[in-house]
This record gives sequence, structure tokens and C-alpha cells, in this order.
Amino acid sequence: MTSRSRNVYLVPYLLWMALFIVVPIALILYDSFFDVEGQFTFGNYGKFLTPIYLRMTASSIWYALLITVFSLLVAYPAAYALTKMKHKQLWLLLLILPSWVNLLLKVYAFLGIFGTYGFVNGVLETLGIGRHQILFTDFSFVFVSVYIFIPFMILPIYNALEDLNPSLVFAARDLGASAWTTFRRVVFPLTLDGVKAGCQAVFIPALSLFMITRLVAGNRVITLGTAIEQHFLVTQDWGMGAAIAVFLILAMVVIMIVTGKRQKGGAR
Amino acid sequence: MSTEQTIIQFEQVTKRYDDGETVLKSVSFEIERGKFYTLLGPSGCGKTTILRLIAGFLEPSEGEIRFDGKVINRVPANERLVNTVFQDYALFPHLNVFENVAFGLRIKKLKQAAVEAKVLEALRFVNLKGYEKREITELSGGQRQRVAIARAIVNEPEVLLLDEPLSALDLKLRTEMQYELRELQRRLGITFIFVTHDQEEALAMSDEIFVMKEGTIQQSGTPTDIYDEPINRFVADFIGESNIVPGSMAEDYRVQFAGKTFECVDGGLRPNEPVEIVIRPEDLEITTPERGKLQVKVDTQLFRGVHYEIVGYDEAGNEWMVHSTKKVEVGERIGLDFDPEAIHVMRFGETEEEFDKRLLAYEEIGHDQ
Repeated sequence: MTSRSRNVYLVPYLLWMALFIVVPIALILYDSFFDVEGQFTFGNYGKFLTPIYLRMTASSIWYALLITVFSLLVAYPAAYALTKMKHKQLWLLLLILPSWVNLLLKVYAFLGIFGTYGFVNGVLETLGIGRHQILFTDFSFVFVSVYIFIPFMILPIYNALEDLNPSLVFAARDLGASAWTTFRRVVFPLTLDGVKAGCQAVFIPALSLFMITRLVAGNRVITLGTAIEQHFLVTQDWGMGAAIAVFLILAMVVIMIVTGKRQKGGAR
Repeated sequence: MSTEQTIIQFEQVTKRYDDGETVLKSVSFEIERGKFYTLLGPSGCGKTTILRLIAGFLEPSEGEIRFDGKVINRVPANERLVNTVFQDYALFPHLNVFENVAFGLRIKKLKQAAVEAKVLEALRFVNLKGYEKREITELSGGQRQRVAIARAIVNEPEVLLLDEPLSALDLKLRTEMQYELRELQRRLGITFIFVTHDQEEALAMSDEIFVMKEGTIQQSGTPTDIYDEPINRFVADFIGESNIVPGSMAEDYRVQFAGKTFECVDGGLRPNEPVEIVIRPEDLEITTPERGKLQVKVDTQLFRGVHYEIVGYDEAGNEWMVHSTKKVEVGERIGLDFDPEAIHVMRFGETEEEFDKRLLAYEEIGHDQ
């Protein structure tokens, strides 16, 4: 009786899941088996395995990796410093705040900052270094992406650090570990789950970035995300776009499995 | 003052936090090698602060801490020859029992064979042979406790600090561990500094107890010293049950309370000086009203298992608690008998130094304790 009435509450959730997750994935899968003329084909997957697309895939993975690594390098120390702050909730809020601003707005802001007559070039000129091309470079692409993704990396790491029992740090010091050894052998291993969660939250969306590649990288960086957009909106080859999307979904599943929780002994 | 035997010395150590709170007020004491010390007091009395100062997790605001004669105020925790057993054990959840115990040895970069030998020996020492491969989460509270102790002693510290390590255990296990800890200390021959708020634990295990209150040491001494000769109302109250009644000193060895004069063994006080009298409930013996030195009317009686806890009032209105194996009736008038030695006289506001001096002075006249 109770279990049945509880099942009733699940209906909206299941409907939502079906409508916005299961059906779209099924549609993508279906579309990926048709060519531009609407004929059934495996050709899209065949095309995906050609050097052009493979190189695009490799470059996507490479940039996503760069973005993840740099986000982690910035976010871990930031999260660590945050846990030591007096008003940590306030600082955390300030760090999270930019993620509430529309992505497009933030990207446009960087167009101004990095532009030929933008703020950064202004500073460089007064320093006597002179104006440089910053926009439409790998640097600006990775920089802006890292900026956008950092809150997603900080949050899980911050939570993991907050969950860490402080007496474990005392214990390590007590047993003769230097500050660095304590970090390496106790703090980092015990916050690894936060790091994994952060990497997932950054790497997966970074794989399919397309707007930043267009606006900040000036289409010089072509990722799978850009390719999907091109196929759906420009070449109208939905089948090919869908095939790439299927690959992306598979890649995400693989990443989820690889970075998933593999804790032993139920350690907290 | 310090001798060969002294290993740790606190000299007027004060600890103040950034918010201005003073948790330790100019505390001085010495810790000798190879003894079992207990810091005893209610929460917030500064006992854990002392432990953390010794461990190196805190720096004193004023004063000096010496280890083996050298000032160690600013020596970081990882360079000190002490190890701690934490209240929550602080075992590393990502490492198994063996690696937890081996942690300190691996940092010292010992060879694998040496690490193995030492870890196994330490585990055997705490009766955990065969548990090397277990995960921490698979252990019971008592086993975790032992791992924490093994992890500390495997480093062969000169001083082992124990921060309320028994508080998370159930009563039976706690009593068992008291014996084991005492035994362990004897076998290792190193100094133990044990922090607790449990007076029974302190009395059962220690060579010496420091009773603390609000950032000061109220009294230090052997368990029997502190139990039999508490310096003030706080110590008398904190260590065991006690009857504390107001009185005055008629002359040496004559004390007045409850409207009568009694023979006692205390002296060296001003005539007619107001004092407080302590008599332990187990030192009071129930007799008939005629034969008793004091007559009380029984108010309540509780059965405590080993004894009855009887509370009554004398004619002056003082409350008396008696521990007796004899049963009485509520409302009955009974007599209380006690020896002159059972009466302990406390002066108001006496410091430990003055107290010790006075104690020495009259002990020479034949008070055997």
C-alpha cells in the first residue's frame, strides 16, 4: 500500500527522465543511422573513423584535458585556501557567483578584455611590451574555458576538504610528516573523490564546447562540439552530427566509469 | 629545579587565542621520565591545550616549554619526540591496519624489512596480531583504539600523549583498557600523559595527577594524595564523592563543625580560622545514635549495587552522604562514627605551595599518610 503510493510520486520524475533523457538519446541514436538523403546507413560511423574526425576527436580530448588540468591546478589550492578562511561561506559564494552569469555574457566580456584595444593589451603597452594578438589563440581559449569551469572544480574539492577530519592532519604531523608529506599522503588521497567529481564536471562539458571555440578561439580550435553544431546548423547533415554526439555520449560513460567511486572498505 | 629525570618542563606557560580568550594561565610543572601522568579536569579547563602544546599543534603565547632541557616553543610537531593517541583515534581511513601503523616508519624511510618487523611487533604488543590486512572500517572501537596506540608507540617516542582515548568506549571495555594502558606503560617504560575528565580513570591509572580548572593547575600529586588531601572544594568535589561542611579550627588538632568539637590530625592554622571540612562518604560508619559522633536523620537511600548511598541531615542542617553496606530506614535517626584521620581540613584560598608546606610541617609530628 505504502510502496504503491510512493510509486505515484515517482511518476513525474520518470516522465521527465523519459521525455528529456531517454527519448532524446534514442532520437540521436536513430538519426545517426541516416545520411543527408534520409537513407539508412552505417556510413556516418565510417566517416567518423576517418583521419579528419579522429584528429578532431584527439584535439577535443587534448583541449578538454588541458582545461581540466589547469582548472584543477587553480581550483585545488583555491579550495584549500578557502577552507582556512574566516568567512569561508562568503568567499565560496563570491567564487560561485560568476557561474550564475550567462555564459555568453562572460565570453563577450573576455572579447573586450583580450581584444586588440582591450584592457590587457593596454596594460602590456604601458609596460612597454607592446600589443599582442591574444584573442583567437590557444591561450585565450584555454584561459576563458578554465575561468568558466573553475567553480565546478572548486565546489566538490572544497566539500571534500571540509569533510576531511582535521585530526587526521594533526595525526600525520604527529607521526613525523612534513606539511608537504601530510598533503601528499593524507590530504590529497582523502580528497581524491572530490577531485574526481570536479574533473568529471569539467572534462565532460569541455569535450563538447563550441561557443567559446567560435568566439574566443575564432574557430581555430575545432572540437567535437563545434563539429556537431556545424553539422546540425550549417551542413544540415544531422546523421553525421548525431553520430558524433553518440560518440561523445559513449566517451562520457567511459569517463564516468573510469573516475567513478572505487572506494575500498567504505572509507568516508 | 630540573633533574636528570625531568623530560618536559612548563615554565609559566600562558596560551591566549586570537579572540582574547586565555585558556592556560601561567602554568608551571615538570614531567619526569617513565611515569604515568594524568591531566584531569572538566571540559574547557585547559588540559587538552597542554597536550597540544606538548605535541606541537599549538604555540604558547608566553612562557617556555622545555623538552630534555631544550626550549621547544617553536619546534614543529613532526620534529618532536612525542606521539599522540587522539580522542577519535584519527586513523587514516584510506590505509589498512598495517599501513596505518607503518605511517611514521615510512616517513623515516626505514627499509621494508625493518618496517614489517616493527609493525608486527607493535601489533603484537597491543594484542592485534593477525589484523594487519584489515581495513579500519572493519574494526570495532576497542580495536581501533589499539591500532591508534600501536601507530604511536611503533615510533618509540619518549613521551606518549593520550587525549581522552577511552571516552568513546563502553564501560566494560573502558575498565579493561585502563588496566591495559597501565600495563603497557610499565612494559614500555616511557612517559604517558593522559588527558581525561573521568576521575576514576585518573585514580586507577596514574602515578601523578594534575587537577585542572579554568586554565590553572589546582593540585598535583599521587592519586591517594589528591583523594585524601584535596586542597580545596573544587578538587574535593571533582575527585570522588565528598561531604563538605563549613567549620572552624579551634586549635591545632581540634576542629569545630556541626555544632561540636572533634579531634583531627590537621594543624598549623590560625585559632578560630574558618575552614571547610571534607569527610568521604565511605569513611563514615553507621552506628546507633548514642555511639555515633554525629546524629543524622536519614532522608534518602539509594541502592548502588556495591553499597547503599544514604543521605541524611544533622541538627545543624548539614547534608551527609554515607556509603554503607548496611541498610537503614528512611526517616530513621542514625549515628555516624569516623576516625580523626577521616577529617580533612581545607583552608580558604590556600595555594598548592602553602598547602604542601603546611602538610609537611604537621606530617613531621606523626600524621601517617
